[in-house]
Amino acid sequence: MNDRRYPETAADRFEPPPISFVDRKDRDVEIRAYDGSAEAEEALVSMYTAFDPSDRAQGIPPGGEPRIRTWLEAILTDDCLNVIAWCDDEVAGHATLVPDDDAYELAIFVHQTYQEAGIGTRLIRGLLGHGQAEGIEKVWLTVERWNRAAVSLYEKIGFETSNAESFELEMALRLNESPDEE
Amino acid sequence: MKVLCGIGGSDDSLRALERTVDRAAVAGDELTVAVVENPNSDADVEEVAKRAEEAIEDAGIDAEIRRVEGDPGSRLVDIAEREGFDEIVLGGGRTSPMGKITIGPIAEFVLLNSMTSVTLVR
Repeated sequence: MNDRRYPETAADRFEPPPISFVDRKDRDVEIRAYDGSAEAEEALVSMYTAFDPSDRAQGIPPGGEPRIRTWLEAILTDDCLNVIAWCDDEVAGHATLVPDDDAYELAIFVHQTYQEAGIGTRLIRGLLGHGQAEGIEKVWLTVERWNRAAVSLYEKIGFETSNAESFELEMALRLNESPDEE
Repeated sequence: MKVLCGIGGSDDSLRALERTVDRAAVAGDELTVAVVENPNSDADVEEVAKRAEEAIEDAGIDAEIRRVEGDPGSRLVDIAEREGFDEIVLGGGRTSPMGKITIGPIAEFVLLNSMTSVTLVR
């Protein structure tokens, strides 16, 4: 049933976290892989509790703390890859890779306070660097077709449209060459 | 209320069936369950119809089960409009491992084309 198409060649190498930089509003930001700590989880809950619901995509992040906690519990497990953009002790953004059959589904959220400062681009590249280092081969995502800024960011990174027939655009990226495929 | 519940056998459609049957039992809806051929579902039409029969029997209501052949979305819209249904009920879509909701092509067609109110069950 899964007939998703992936680019034939693997994407460029991405630098894995930790990555430190100064954003376009002069804030010190550090991108780090999620360390599994309760503090990091609570900081994520705070970010998503304060998240503007108008930036929700296909139902996530869900609304209200109990639903946010349930959702985070499901994607902060050992088989998922999570990367966080930190500004001091505050979460500015979060990106995740969740296993789905032979591939991983990607999602990224940057809190409204930290948007349009170059954090999203660094965050997604950090997540892909983490995924590459972990040997992940295939990544896919869905994005609203009107969201031109996001679509062009994904294209710049190397994602190609894999399905354009639904409400949302589906895009795919090959992160590492598969040993079993030519 | 005259309700048309369209199911093809996907998990979300079976959830919609259960909710619609339960509601009909309480509200006294005049319910028709349309069993459609969903190309994205491996479910067998016979088995889906049997599931519908059992659900209706368990709820102790009277409802019609109808096999609908051809393009599911357009057939549902057509039946609802021609026969004066008040509402079409469908499954609310699949949820990816990430938690993202995706609605299927049948619901998409019905939402964009139906003059009858549509309920997607979540």
